[in-house]
Amino acid sequence: MKINEEIFSNKEKAMFALRQLYAKHGFSMYRMSKFEEFGLYAENMDFLDSGQIITFTDTDGMLMALKPDVTLSIVKNNRHIGNRIIKLYYNENIYRVSPKTRFFKEIMQVGLECLGAVDDACISEVLLLAAESMKVLSDEAKLDVSNLDILTQLFESCGVTRETEEQITMCISSKNAHGLERICRAADLGPARAELLKTLVTTYGSPEEVIPKLEKSFLDNSLFTFEEKDSFRKSIGALRKIVDAFREAGLEDMLNIDFSVVSDLKYYNGIIFKGFVAGVPDGVLSGGQYDKLMKRMKRTSRAIGFGVYMDNLGKLSKFDGEEVEIGE
Amino acid sequence: MSNMINIALPKGRLGDKVYDMFEKAGFECPAIREKNRKLIFENPEAGVRYFWVKPSDVAIYVERGAADIGVAGKDILMEAGTDVYELLDLNVGKCTMAVAGPAGFSYDRSNELRVATKFVNVAREFYAASGTDIDIIHLNGSIELAPILGLSDVIVDLVETGTTLKENNLEVIDVIADISARLISNKSSFKFKTKQIVDISRRLESVIED
Repeated sequence: MKINEEIFSNKEKAMFALRQLYAKHGFSMYRMSKFEEFGLYAENMDFLDSGQIITFTDTDGMLMALKPDVTLSIVKNNRHIGNRIIKLYYNENIYRVSPKTRFFKEIMQVGLECLGAVDDACISEVLLLAAESMKVLSDEAKLDVSNLDILTQLFESCGVTRETEEQITMCISSKNAHGLERICRAADLGPARAELLKTLVTTYGSPEEVIPKLEKSFLDNSLFTFEEKDSFRKSIGALRKIVDAFREAGLEDMLNIDFSVVSDLKYYNGIIFKGFVAGVPDGVLSGGQYDKLMKRMKRTSRAIGFGVYMDNLGKLSKFDGEEVEIGE
Repeated sequence: MSNMINIALPKGRLGDKVYDMFEKAGFECPAIREKNRKLIFENPEAGVRYFWVKPSDVAIYVERGAADIGVAGKDILMEAGTDVYELLDLNVGKCTMAVAGPAGFSYDRSNELRVATKFVNVAREFYAASGTDIDIIHLNGSIELAPILGLSDVIVDLVETGTTLKENNLEVIDVIADISARLISNKSSFKFKTKQIVDISRRLESVIED
């Protein structure tokens, strides 16, 4: 039976288009139960945006949860990865407290994860797929990319307390240069380090503008040792590799370097990113490398992934991406 | 997508002051000065559209994208935990968020501390940091009355000059944060209207008075 395409809502069309995109790139569909043992989240509570989870006791007395997240389950269920890269995509409902309404909400999420021997090529592939996903949703989309390692290395060099790190991260994520200045003064960080942190707030936009500024600020800086400069060079180099991949794919106009994209330093590392679509007030896509989460869950391999929050797309007036064929 | 920048301003004295700053920065909209009941004012040449909203609602308008940018008090941003960019401290509407109590009050930790406030989340976070057990009493106004009538031990509130506290025999015990009006931006709007928003922010920065 040929299904009339008009029967599908914008959200459903986008969902099918994304699944089609990921399958086309060799990702396998990963299905999960709606429920997960609560213990999984209890051990990794900070990984979730909100610590609140809907729980219930199953008939065997086991405390269960309605899934607030997909990534943790995928990592839990993939133990023996070895030297390969496992490429999975999913389309699941998750249950979280909305930070805006502070009530539980069912959120439809489509996303993908790569677990295993994740290398530069794999990272670029995932970022390009994130960009392609945005294109499926709208012609007017931007992907903000950051390298969390730059901030981590800077924190190590500053030697500040965890509390100050959190305050600084919050200022960077809200582009709050005046607040950052006050925190740096209170923490007695000195003008040179304060200026570098401020660079992460004030330097954003197209890679051609941002990368040379970063190189000047971090690599031509007498504040750092040779080893420290080398680490910064590698981190900036990782951004450059993504820029090259985007240029090759003709998607460079979608790319912004922006350090206001931040994630929990306990779980994420390296490249992290967030996607925005014109006319939708919230980010619609979010992802990054989470080797630290893998380590916490006793995995020796690396990982990267992203999720598209389909519920945020309700504000899109039309589905103006590529035409989707639903098939027979 | 319209290229006009939608700006949410807080109704009242602070809003008037803030509009003066926008005007000085070159984003005037003379119709706004007319005394009428209109809510939206446009100046297509300057590329701006202003609207007045309740001060506590500005952050919501911006976070949800109905306004691209807006001006909100830091107290409101702290309480709501709004997910927006905070681009500038406009240095107006200055006061402090403080804990105040009866003169000479000291908390001996033998009982739960009763805290009356409008800023429930700020108070909870402040006391959680020191592991203090508190009973929050959410009030909507006349907070200073609470410790006088024995409803609470202390209050968490905005203190401008300290005169009201003094007249009621209360004093500041702890300062939580310096408060002032902030220029905020919706994160998504900032991606697609970067040039205009950065231009407004830079020009506003040049008219901030110390």
